[in-house]
Amino acid sequence: MTSKLGLAIIIVISLFFGFFVSPLGEKSFSWVPPFRLGLDLLGGAHLEYQGDLTQLAEGQSAGDAMEGVRDVIERRVNLFGVSEPVVQIEGSDRLIVELAGITDIQQAIDLIGLTPFLEFKELSDETASASFISTGLTGKNLKRSEVTFDSTTGRPQIALTLDDEGTKLFAEITKRNIGKPVAIFLDEQPISIPTVQTEIPDGKAVITGMFTPQQAKELANRLNAGALPVPIEKISQQTVGASLGAESLNKSLSAGLYALFLVALFMIAFYRLPGLAAVLALLSYSAIVLTIYKLFPVTLSLSGIAGFILSLGIAVDANVLIFSRMREEIKAGRTLPQAVNEGFRRAWYSIRDSHVTTILGAVVLYMFTTSIVKGFALTLGIGVVVSLFSSIVVTRAFMNRTTGPWFASKSWLF
Amino acid sequence: MLLTIVALVATVVIWRKTHGEFLGIDFRGGSLLEVSFESGRPNEIIREKKIAEERRQEILKDLETQYGPVRQERFDDIGPTVGAQLKSKSIKAVVILLIVIVIYLAIVFRSMARVLSPWAMGIAAIAALLHDVIIPIGVFSILGAYYGVEISAVFVAAILTILGYSVSDTVVVFDRIRENVVRFGGKESFPELVHKSILQTLTRSINTSVTTLLALVAIFLFGGESVKYFALALIIGIVSGTYSSIFIASPIVVWWHGFRKKGI
Repeated sequence: MTSKLGLAIIIVISLFFGFFVSPLGEKSFSWVPPFRLGLDLLGGAHLEYQGDLTQLAEGQSAGDAMEGVRDVIERRVNLFGVSEPVVQIEGSDRLIVELAGITDIQQAIDLIGLTPFLEFKELSDETASASFISTGLTGKNLKRSEVTFDSTTGRPQIALTLDDEGTKLFAEITKRNIGKPVAIFLDEQPISIPTVQTEIPDGKAVITGMFTPQQAKELANRLNAGALPVPIEKISQQTVGASLGAESLNKSLSAGLYALFLVALFMIAFYRLPGLAAVLALLSYSAIVLTIYKLFPVTLSLSGIAGFILSLGIAVDANVLIFSRMREEIKAGRTLPQAVNEGFRRAWYSIRDSHVTTILGAVVLYMFTTSIVKGFALTLGIGVVVSLFSSIVVTRAFMNRTTGPWFASKSWLF
Repeated sequence: MLLTIVALVATVVIWRKTHGEFLGIDFRGGSLLEVSFESGRPNEIIREKKIAEERRQEILKDLETQYGPVRQERFDDIGPTVGAQLKSKSIKAVVILLIVIVIYLAIVFRSMARVLSPWAMGIAAIAALLHDVIIPIGVFSILGAYYGVEISAVFVAAILTILGYSVSDTVVVFDRIRENVVRFGGKESFPELVHKSILQTLTRSINTSVTTLLALVAIFLFGGESVKYFALALIIGIVSGTYSSIFIASPIVVWWHGFRKKGI
């Protein structure tokens, strides 16, 4: 009875997962998330920048500099309204930007490549509309910014240090604007509009305000970023047009379906009833793996799909191992239930060893490589772990239902 | 064996002749521009050492005046450092992987220490695996050098897949050898046991290869451009993987065993 119940549970869960990953599930319920597709399937741009860390300012760490670069580029990327843009630091001096589904890739690249713009502005004298005009003092004159704390109130504030030219300019600006506001603009957006108290001759400005320490730190970072802590250079770019991506996706999907069909046909033709059990186990396996990819979520690129297909192959292999062994046992004169048991028991070592070596491989690849190979290793690793489960639990649950006397009398099924 | 040598020679010769230029831009750095035409002309792929922004627009404009409206489908511009890094990282990962596999196999097959050094299995598996990797690399060096096939980073994934596949294939045979050694160790000679194990696993080896090959042939025929060559590399690797478990890994184990016996 228990094996019947176990099988029922497996079937119900598999059907649910199958529904969850099918296009139907996405259409029917809004809470079913879509797959996260890689740039090569969706179309988009993969950009890699290198920060020049050879000329760091005094007291500036490489890590901070790269974080500054990342922050400013992240902000710029967010302006495009791309869904889930990726902006991440890789290694010590690389920055990776991934923009999925961007139509005008060149524009995006241009925008990212622009030097972020920090500017001090003052109120225009002529107009009554109180608009700010440029003063000529910009981020290129900023040496660095950092969070300090007001000695009397203890409030966090941001200290700016200007270079020589900036110091001179700033002294003039503050002199002519005493009692009036001077605005600090970042990318044409005012981020702070302090009122000048006195002329400042030493090139040190302080932005006060009702900051929390967190906000102050962020602003200081952004200012450092606005001043571009280090120059960056685009060292690699890969763009795929949306139509080419869609074509790859469709072709891969139909190839996958053909592949599945051929494998199923072969398995059933060669192993008959166990083959059918294996095909059902494989369908359940695919549903589980795809559900994990969806929930994680794992980004599915072409190489990721390749990883999935390989794991599918390994899952088939596990079943083949079991059935080959079963047949041997039947030939050796064992009864059907014994043969099923022995088949699973003896095949276990081979299944374990081939799965463990593959899992080890996936882990090593995931740890030591980047992008394409990493995506491959991730889908492969997940796939193989599930395959271990599927061949031992799911195939077994199906096979245990076939050991009754009814089946035993029909030896052509095996 | 002969094939391995041919593939190895081909790889080395082509490498020397082209200085690794049969590799795609993912490894060497460089630019690749693919455009499609509204007129239905087949896609054009332009590869150059470096396609700067002005040059890119110039190419698009030239093509447009010649063949009507075009659309840029793909534009890759990869710096030489990025390519070199991909190469060095991949090699590093593979070397670590090989070491991990040898250690794992030594642990798994330690129960055979009575008959055979546990390292023999690992070393034999690696020998088979090198064979399986060299053949597709040889074939693709020819395709890359003479037929303009782009050997991209996906090829690394293919080689790694073959690696994994080859090891499991060899491990299955070895597992059977171990089982037979434990069961009939005293009664039959080691070479006989190995022979028996190979025969016993032959059906499985062929069936697994056939199923995997069926899937791969489907991908090769119906998949897009980039997956196509991935599938081809795997087809070559898997055929050679099945062959090598039987004709390379197992003979090495037997040879090692014989060598050890003489030593004692």
